Amino acid sequence: MALLRADHVTHYFGGLCAVSDFNLELESGELVGIIGPNGAGKTTVFNLITGVYKATEGSIHLDGQELVGRKPNAITQLGIARTFQNIRLFKDLTVLDNVRIAYYNWLKYSSWESLLHIGRYRAQEELYTNKALDLLEFFKLDQFADELAKNLPYGSQRRLEIARALATGPKLLLLDEPAAGMNPREIEQLMEFILWVRKEFGLTILLIEHQMRLVMGICERLKVLDFGATIAEGLPAEIRAHPKVLEAYLGEGGDQ
Amino acid sequence: MTYFFQQSLNALQLGSIYALIALGYTMVYGILTMINFAHGDLFMVGAFFTFIAAVYLGLPFVPTLVVSMIVVGLLGVLIERVAYRPLRNAPRVSAVITALGVGLFLENFTLVFYPYPQHIPTLIQNTTWNIAGVSISSLQIIIILLSIGLMVMLDLIVRKTMVGMAMRAISWDKAIIPLMGVPLNLIVSATFALGTSLGAAAGTMYALAFPVIDPYMGIMIGWKAFISAVVGGIGNIRGAMIGGFILGTVEIMVAAFMPSTYRDFVAFALLLVLLIFRPYGILGKPRPQKV
Amino acid sequence: MIMDNTPSSTPVSKGHALVQQLKMQWDRIANNRKVFPIVLVVGFILSILVPRFGLVNEYVQLIIIYIGINIILTTSLNLINGYMGEFSVGHAGFMAVGAYVSAIFTTKLLPENLLAAFFPLVVLAGGIGAALVGLLVSVPSFKTRGDYLAIVTLAFNMIVKSVIENIEAIGGPRGIPGIAKLTTLPWTFFWTVLAILVIRNFVYSNYGRGVQSIREDEIASDLMGVNTNKVKLLAFTLSSFFAGVAGALFAHVLQFISPKVFDILKSTDVLIMVYLGGIGSITGSILGATAYTVLLEVLRPFGMWRMVLMPLMLVLLMIFRPRGIMGMSEFRWLIPGFDLYAIKYWRRKKEVSSGTPTS
Repeated sequence: MALLRADHVTHYFGGLCAVSDFNLELESGELVGIIGPNGAGKTTVFNLITGVYKATEGSIHLDGQELVGRKPNAITQLGIARTFQNIRLFKDLTVLDNVRIAYYNWLKYSSWESLLHIGRYRAQEELYTNKALDLLEFFKLDQFADELAKNLPYGSQRRLEIARALATGPKLLLLDEPAAGMNPREIEQLMEFILWVRKEFGLTILLIEHQMRLVMGICERLKVLDFGATIAEGLPAEIRAHPKVLEAYLGEGGDQ
Repeated sequence: MTYFFQQSLNALQLGSIYALIALGYTMVYGILTMINFAHGDLFMVGAFFTFIAAVYLGLPFVPTLVVSMIVVGLLGVLIERVAYRPLRNAPRVSAVITALGVGLFLENFTLVFYPYPQHIPTLIQNTTWNIAGVSISSLQIIIILLSIGLMVMLDLIVRKTMVGMAMRAISWDKAIIPLMGVPLNLIVSATFALGTSLGAAAGTMYALAFPVIDPYMGIMIGWKAFISAVVGGIGNIRGAMIGGFILGTVEIMVAAFMPSTYRDFVAFALLLVLLIFRPYGILGKPRPQKV
Repeated sequence: MIMDNTPSSTPVSKGHALVQQLKMQWDRIANNRKVFPIVLVVGFILSILVPRFGLVNEYVQLIIIYIGINIILTTSLNLINGYMGEFSVGHAGFMAVGAYVSAIFTTKLLPENLLAAFFPLVVLAGGIGAALVGLLVSVPSFKTRGDYLAIVTLAFNMIVKSVIENIEAIGGPRGIPGIAKLTTLPWTFFWTVLAILVIRNFVYSNYGRGVQSIREDEIASDLMGVNTNKVKLLAFTLSSFFAGVAGALFAHVLQFISPKVFDILKSTDVLIMVYLGGIGSITGSILGATAYTVLLEVLRPFGMWRMVLMPLMLVLLMIFRPRGIMGMSEFRWLIPGFDLYAIKYWRRKKEVSSGTPTS
């Protein structure tokens, strides 16, 4: 059975159709990319999967469980985590707290225990604080643990966002333009990093990207959106030569 | 039925005063996304300058109105320059708290000079006509017409002049528009001048209609005008006018047909109900959240 | 260069040295973790000894009680306005509920000889009453944010006042007179410390971090799995509980309450103390409430100008220090030890495990 399955997902903003008849099947362990020109509806697809928007029509299943209609935090709990196009860290909180917040559903103590710092509080806090620090170490961010997130350099902020997403314990990771604002050398490193993260955490990854280099380099399958509609899908090599894709990116007659 | 028409007239009078004050809140909010909590107190200062102009200078109605509008308009510009501008890039609440501080300052400063409520002398010979059992006073007519006149004027300024266009542009995007050569500070000053002088006009008219004034009169009326602005959709000028008339009507009608102590309760309960169904007010639009 | 080595040579460097000295003392108090138990023990003993032996006069004792009540109010409001980043302007409404619930118990329901013994329970009842109302107010916060939520809390404050005015059984607009003076110095100290500790504990917990993440970015918070509705509900309930406690204490020191006491001006007072002290800081709330209460008394000789000077100082503070006295920072001794040293513990554990020889 597919890990994630989207059937005929359609979404309207008022009268505007942002995504129409979107279908996707992700097998466990796959790395799939969504590409398309600006405004093609790529981020909207992410927002539909993660419950930020509720799909007007269609259904999305994770491990056979319906996602449409659930709140974002419930969907996260089922095992989907994401990053954002424009970094959305908790800027005025420490790097450690950024990660600890993502463990929200793992910490098991009641509100009474939190008010009085009794019972399971101490043991649970200790366990997950150490897990958070281990995770940060894994991402070479532990030396910044008590810095405010906003004080990190850009590249570290991107890494922290991925670390934070992983703390929620996802099966599926959604990356929204992870290479935005990076130079070719950094993109090269990012590609290795993504492959490494997938292997280490046993993840399935769906990513949105404009950088063809990255997309063609690491994605096993691609899906191309334009004006909310899927215009092509297939292996990177197929997509590269697909006439409709060239048309969408370069305009009509762009293939000449 | 006559009673109803009589009360409608009163509602129109109170509503136009709320609407004028609400405009000041909404204009400043539109441009700086800041709630100027001192605005209700500027309304009070307007009423006091009417008193000063009438008693010490012996001026008739129109000059007192002009004096109080100009003085308070300048005061508004000064307050923005001294207290709010340094905080433009500070956390948003700092500016709000500063505004609360400025409001308290205005109240208590006035209190030092006028510890007791003051009586406004009669500035307009009030004649009352009786039309089909409804008594209409010339004062009511003047207040309603003048308020509507001022609102039409403001609407024209905002829609038809360069300054108005700049105001709308800045409320659209505060970061980009100044880069296109629109002088942000000048436009903000103009907004404060317009908004607070309308508040002062409301103060003058309120003082004529209810001729006992005190330094704390601006608190409750200010909050209610603010609520009017929210009901209409804060940041929206026409919304503020509509909101003012709605609140005026609700208050007068509740007081007319129920025990008057229920007035605040019903007004605020209605506000809550409205916000449940239209969370962004009557004419307000939700700001799209980008994810 | 030479000037620097002779500290007393000019008044400027003398003043500078004094500032340095003060700052050092400040840091010592702020960072020394022994301060906390000392404050607790000494404070508690003093709160019993002072009234018994009349160490300071009644007036000063009264001011100290008001400081305690204001600390409770400020810390609890800071939870919503500082940590959660919303702008609640109706704190006096919760206070009113606490004050009225407790005053009804002590003036109408309980026999007079039991009042003193039952006082802690009465205060608790006031807190619970306010917390239930707070639960109700948290519901609109699920969907409404920012300025619109501010309006909801404002309307709530007005509605509470208006409802009380219209219930004749509790005195209507005239209020409840002749409340016994049950709020003593030790009880004030107890409730103040309880409020500070409980709110601090909450802030340094999973739920408290969730509350703060809502301030930073609610959508991201939701997407990281934080049950935003639940933490909002907890924060509002906790905040209003302590506002109710403060109201109960307030009623039994003022000995007279009326709806007018709990109008929007009272809420404004608390707001000012919160932002004076600094948002997102319990230390700030303690300092802000204390500074505000003391200043109001110190400036009393200025008569009517006092109320002109206070807002003026507030405006100046906001302009030169927009984040208030403490603004998002905390005395080290107010931070739970485990949280403060978490990173250190982790490093040490790492060293130990890597230091042991692998077989």
